[in-house]
Amino acid sequence: MDTQKIYKPFFGISCAAIVSMAAPAHAEGVSAGTLIENTATATYDDGDGPKTVDSNTVTLQVDELIDVTVTSLNSGPVAAVPGEAVLTFEITNQGNGPEAFQLTANPSVAGNDFDTVVESIAVDTNGNGTYDPGVDVILTAPETTEILAADETLTVFVVVTVPDGVIDGQETVLELTADAVTGTGTPGTTFAGQGVDGGDAIVGTSGASASAIGELLVGITSVDLTKSASIVDPFGGTSAVPGAIVTFTITANVSGSGSVDDLIVTDAIPDGTTYAAGTLTLDGTSLTDVSGDDSGEASDAGGISVDLGTVAAGTSHAIVFNVAID
Amino acid sequence: MNKFGKIAAHFAAFLLLTGPATAQESAAQNPVTLAGDVMAVKTVTDETGTERTELVEPTKIVPGDRLIFGTDYSNNGTEEVTDFVVTNPLPSAVRLAPDADPDLVVSVDGAQSWGTLAQLKVTDETGATRTATHADVTHVRWTLPSIAPGESGRLEYPAIIR
Repeated sequence: MDTQKIYKPFFGISCAAIVSMAAPAHAEGVSAGTLIENTATATYDDGDGPKTVDSNTVTLQVDELIDVTVTSLNSGPVAAVPGEAVLTFEITNQGNGPEAFQLTANPSVAGNDFDTVVESIAVDTNGNGTYDPGVDVILTAPETTEILAADETLTVFVVVTVPDGVIDGQETVLELTADAVTGTGTPGTTFAGQGVDGGDAIVGTSGASASAIGELLVGITSVDLTKSASIVDPFGGTSAVPGAIVTFTITANVSGSGSVDDLIVTDAIPDGTTYAAGTLTLDGTSLTDVSGDDSGEASDAGGISVDLGTVAAGTSHAIVFNVAID
Repeated sequence: MNKFGKIAAHFAAFLLLTGPATAQESAAQNPVTLAGDVMAVKTVTDETGTERTELVEPTKIVPGDRLIFGTDYSNNGTEEVTDFVVTNPLPSAVRLAPDADPDLVVSVDGAQSWGTLAQLKVTDETGATRTATHADVTHVRWTLPSIAPGESGRLEYPAIIR
């Protein structure tokens, strides 16, 4: 019994040691400067009992691999209008040692409908993924990142100006390139002694240079509102007489490309008429007259108001309500 | 009291006797020697555009590179040695290459248990077991029943820098 009690914790310790040994060092590549040491041990019996002999230890130092990737973080073309636009990129140090990267933004890519003007390249200093002017630090020329550790990523913003005179639907592409500061070249190019701990720095498969494109799509959206009316009088006709019901239809038509935000359609109840309670609809669906419970509200004094929110170009919405002629 | 005293005395004497003896033995009487080396495998393209691999001195090595670790053994004695077992822990910065001999006896648990890779399982943090892979190998081992006097040979394993 005593033996078992002693054994249990002991066994636990040895298990922990095994786990740590079996865990692979790293997925993306061992760090530059890591020593690889190999020793073989032999046991044998020479007739006088078991003997043990070790080989010499061979030691290698892992050199620094310089590799980089650049990825556009915009899921698709960024909607733009004349003025400022922002493209977002991610730089990843794919090497196994610390490296800084010089960034170049090229707005003149073959096939562009128009070229933007690059204003600045900024680092996502506060790490929120969104360009915050005055907060996110703008890199000064030559635009160079801080030293990124192996596998470290950095989000950067390229701030551009879209020129006046662009037409809805025109596209432009900007290419951001990151070059390793140590140097670039064909894979295998060696920068002797410029790696970690005085080792060599060797250009990896990326050539120590990578680029990605970001796309801007001019999206000039316009909203057209069309109002029409139809009358039903108490006698079955269409005369505008007291007691007749007027049905107003407001069609909000969003054209162009992109989308509009916070589109709110309002209309007053005409003098000499009274809003017919409970008749407000949006695209055939009834909305209550009270405010706050859905996207619409209506009253005789305040008129009607419908919040359409963000509306994509190429869609239209119909708002219908009735009034009675006094 | 007496008994403990005697054991302590014996123990001390044993240490004194065997200490120097072992050192002498390994220096003079160890008939088997092991010599380790390592080479890098590089793919070179010749003038005709044909790719071939070469073994080169590993002066420049980076993750993903291929290494061959070798151990030359030799029985320099006059007697046959038996039960010759060479154990080689893999440096943590390398993994066993996928084209290593499938019959190679390996361990994936720090030399606790042995087998060919196909026979071994790994238990992950959640307690689930899976078939061991080359990246799990912690040790390789070769066993020779005997080495005749004057006989020598070479043992190799291929590895890839993690």
